[in-house]
Amino acid sequence: MPQPVTTLVQQTLNALQVGSVYALIALGYTMVYGILTMINFAHGDIFMVSTYLGFFAAAWLLGLALNMPLLVIFLSTLLLAMIGTATLAVIIERVAYKPLRQAPRISAVITALGVGIFLENFTLAVIGPEPRTIPPLFPLVNLNLSGVFVSTIQIVIIGVSVIVMIILDTIVRRSMTGMAMRAISFDKTIVPLMGVPVDRIISATFALGSAIAAVGGILYGMAYQLDPYMGIRIGWWAFISAVVGGIGNIRGAMIGGYILGFVEIFTPVFLPSSTYRDFVAFSLLLLLLVFRPTGILGRPIVQKV
Amino acid sequence: MTLLKTWQMPIILGMVLLLALFLPQMQLNLYVQMVLMYVGINIILTASLNLVNGYMGEFSVGHAAFMAIGAYASSILTVLILPRRWGPAEALRVLPVIGPELANGVYLVPAVLVGGAIAAVAGLVLAFPSFKTRGDYLAIVTLAFNMIVKSLLENSGDIGGLVARLIAPLSTSLSADVLRLSDAVGGPRGLLGMSKLTSLFWVYLWVIVSLFAMRNFIFSNFGRGVVSIREDETAAGLVSVNTRQVKVLTFVISSFFAGVAGGLFAHVLQFINPRSFTILKSTDILVMVYLGGIGSLMGSILGAAVFTILLEVLREVIPLVGLSEVWRWVVGPLLLVTLMIFRPRGIMGLREFKGFLPKEEEVKLEAAPAPP
Repeated sequence: MPQPVTTLVQQTLNALQVGSVYALIALGYTMVYGILTMINFAHGDIFMVSTYLGFFAAAWLLGLALNMPLLVIFLSTLLLAMIGTATLAVIIERVAYKPLRQAPRISAVITALGVGIFLENFTLAVIGPEPRTIPPLFPLVNLNLSGVFVSTIQIVIIGVSVIVMIILDTIVRRSMTGMAMRAISFDKTIVPLMGVPVDRIISATFALGSAIAAVGGILYGMAYQLDPYMGIRIGWWAFISAVVGGIGNIRGAMIGGYILGFVEIFTPVFLPSSTYRDFVAFSLLLLLLVFRPTGILGRPIVQKV
Repeated sequence: MTLLKTWQMPIILGMVLLLALFLPQMQLNLYVQMVLMYVGINIILTASLNLVNGYMGEFSVGHAAFMAIGAYASSILTVLILPRRWGPAEALRVLPVIGPELANGVYLVPAVLVGGAIAAVAGLVLAFPSFKTRGDYLAIVTLAFNMIVKSLLENSGDIGGLVARLIAPLSTSLSADVLRLSDAVGGPRGLLGMSKLTSLFWVYLWVIVSLFAMRNFIFSNFGRGVVSIREDETAAGLVSVNTRQVKVLTFVISSFFAGVAGGLFAHVLQFINPRSFTILKSTDILVMVYLGGIGSLMGSILGAAVFTILLEVLREVIPLVGLSEVWRWVVGPLLLVTLMIFRPRGIMGLREFKGFLPKEEEVKLEAAPAPP
């Protein structure tokens, strides 16, 4: 293949890899916003904690030396991190957000910011600032497809993300819990009267959103380095993804994640350095909001008097 | 007694200013002076954000961007532009009669005003697209603006080079000026070379001026419109409050004072770089607003003072317990979350210190039932 084409294919693959992680985290923002109209600013840091949980789970499982096949270790790491992260998110929701449900909406947002800063610095204080990487849980091979390099990590990241997103979409569309979530985000006053256990559904939303972020966290942690402050940047980018797709809309968050992935990878291709990526991403966001304030798939909110 | 009551506020303010003027002469510890100056700057920042987030009930999260614009604009003025006309700032300190302290104002006052004005213009540009709809829209726009400003400052070298090349055919001298400017702004390195113009006196003079201006704004006719938007925007529109105009103007005023605070900040630290004005700085300002309480000037004073001093106290106390300094940022947010859970409206939420209220307001407050 000629050089420009291989570059394009290569960068598209990289963009899909980064975009998958953004999409997985954006789902958590958008689900919580849909149900509580609250921006959960701690979500990026919950993602960060999940990567550390994955790191310790993987290290522990490998250290046991039970001669399990790598696939089993990979799946159990995933499962452990998902359970741990979901538990953490539900505890945060119950302790910090639930008492504020009747308070001014902004109080909950400030609390979320506080929880986020707490998680970052608690992790830093307890685990330390050394960058780490989750040990590889499958054979690392770099395939050369006529000039385009594809690593198994890329295949796993993109593949697992797509599977998880399909599962989530099915849960939200087909299951009872998913129906209750959609109902609550549709009307918060009537739905509780229909016998929907609102508190339980809200906790389930937090658990589901952060479990998906944990999948993203482990995939991310195998390809990149972990540090206690990484949740800030990735969290903001994922949040922007959710807004671009239309906050509150699950499929929109997936689309938004991939768009931001492309912005991140293709900015250094066209501009002198990657320091412009924030500028490009946020300018695109502003432009989009001027012309389509509800995002790509969001529906306009009609305010009734 | 009535005389004392009428003159209560001017007396307190005068004493604050006198203290600010004479404390440094009394060999007050430089570190304490520094903390007090940060408290003052944070009071201006907090009160100005409180206009938008507290009184108007919107949610702006990128206040540090306006602070950055004010800081850079005023520093460019005192480092590049003014010295070429008036000589170095230090030379003015030998001026007879007014003394070194006041002589600093010859540079500082125009610099801070220009910083505020340019920040206000930026606020105006941002306000027009931002107030199309209500709700979290403004939060996202201001967040994006914060990131864009930081990114532009970091890449100032490239951008300046590009602009210089574009206008070189038109005017070589202007092109050279642009290059010198972008070189001084310095990208990720930051801008340096400011002389230390800010002192306790100037900070607290600006604190008093800003608070006085904001208090008069809030209790003006126009200010009633601001509060009515918080209570119910639709109803406010129905009683002929021009909601869009009120929102834009309030946002511009808020940006102006953020720029003022930025100008003061740059001339305390004598060095600014883009990393001082990230979204984390904005978060700090937000925390001070909600800690002190929305819709309250006294709340802004308390919020800024408590937050700034608490972090400094934790810096001293935490090593005593044998923990590393990181724990300061673990304990701080925990306190904030606890406060929010047990007192979601902050220390002063929607209440005001009586001395800040105009006279006719006092009467009404006593007659009206206490807010829930």
